[in-house]
Amino acid sequence: MSLSADSAPKLQAYAHPERLVTTDWLAEHLDDENLVVIESNEDVLLYRTGHIPGAHHVDWHLDLNDDVMRDYVSSEAFAAMCSARGITRDSTVVVYGDNFNWWAAYALWVFSLFGHPDVRLLDGGRAKWAAEGRPMTTDAPTVTPSQYPVVPRDDSTIRAFKEDVLQHIGNGPLVDVRSPGEFSGELLHMPDYPQEGVQRGGHVPTAQSVPWKRAANEDGSFKSADELRGIYEGELGMAPSDDVVTYCRIGERSSHTWFVLTYLLGFEHVRNYDGSWVEWGNAVRVPIEKPA
Amino acid sequence: MSELPPRLAEIVGEFQEVDRTERLDLLFEYAGDLPALPARFEGQELERVHECQTPLFVQTEVEDGDVVRLYFAAPDEAPTSKGFAGIIYAGLDGCTIDEILATPSDFAQAMGLNEVISPLRMRSVGAILARVKRQLMERAAA
Repeated sequence: MSLSADSAPKLQAYAHPERLVTTDWLAEHLDDENLVVIESNEDVLLYRTGHIPGAHHVDWHLDLNDDVMRDYVSSEAFAAMCSARGITRDSTVVVYGDNFNWWAAYALWVFSLFGHPDVRLLDGGRAKWAAEGRPMTTDAPTVTPSQYPVVPRDDSTIRAFKEDVLQHIGNGPLVDVRSPGEFSGELLHMPDYPQEGVQRGGHVPTAQSVPWKRAANEDGSFKSADELRGIYEGELGMAPSDDVVTYCRIGERSSHTWFVLTYLLGFEHVRNYDGSWVEWGNAVRVPIEKPA
Repeated sequence: MSELPPRLAEIVGEFQEVDRTERLDLLFEYAGDLPALPARFEGQELERVHECQTPLFVQTEVEDGDVVRLYFAAPDEAPTSKGFAGIIYAGLDGCTIDEILATPSDFAQAMGLNEVISPLRMRSVGAILARVKRQLMERAAA
């Protein structure tokens, strides 16, 4: 059975408070039988330096992506990954990670592609847990492997492909969550990162720029529902019934914004374009907007 | 590939012999083995390796005319960058200037780490070595 939702007051203003837990809630429920905690980081070795007691590691590179095709893992591989961590279809899965939960949100999004019913994010992620002086350990979690069912991956509801984005231009809001320099085409990559790997800079025509980080507080937690509404509904003029596509460079930062729009603001049709700029900026003859 | 200094060649071989998960274990061991920055560098501005996603600083010194000493600073919370620095330290500290300058910047390609670490991250290995080499060449030109 799923665990009860976190009743912290801050969360109740969000559209789907049951998709988020506070560090207080997690600390209280760490020993609950039906809870599986997952850490997923940009730095794939970080988990080994210490993690929340009992938390399992999910490596975005090895566990979520297919090792040959540029795609997510198969239904069979996803089931095996979950089974090895003792996750059942009834488990409450709480995900957290480094870098403001970028990869945690990405992992949560991949779990959602497979329709895992109850997967939540830890508000503030690894940084907030550590900053509060809560326990971390290098002890490997004990696990009784489970039998996670082989379920189909639904790529049509929350995932957008290049062709979908082409169709979407002029038909609905596109949110580019990269840094302003990447949006303008001045940078091909995040600031201070190597500027290689993408042929062209700029953004998808009609896209609006809202860097992902605007949704986060400095401690890594999400801004309040009112603040978020002010940004996405106020400034951008989007409405929860809009068909929205988010993208970034490879789909991880845009998973963060996908989470915000879908679960914190209750937008009903948000798709994450995981091909993102690495695909778009390398594709032949797709339209690009770039200020002169 | 031109010849690697013997210790670095051994390390590359070590990585080749193990499977994917063990490669990450090894990288983590090299992160743990990287010596702390000597206290005498405290307060000095070291060169930052901007190509790494997390803070990493590198400083070279030359002893006895051509023996290179490598120093790195990286936070414990940045184990991947620290692991890369650890490999370069273990493989190249104590080598001669010429040996280091002759080390191909893409030596890590042969380690199979690109199967377990993202391409973006992997580029920082070459970047660390490139900065080491540049410091040595600047010193030679000075």
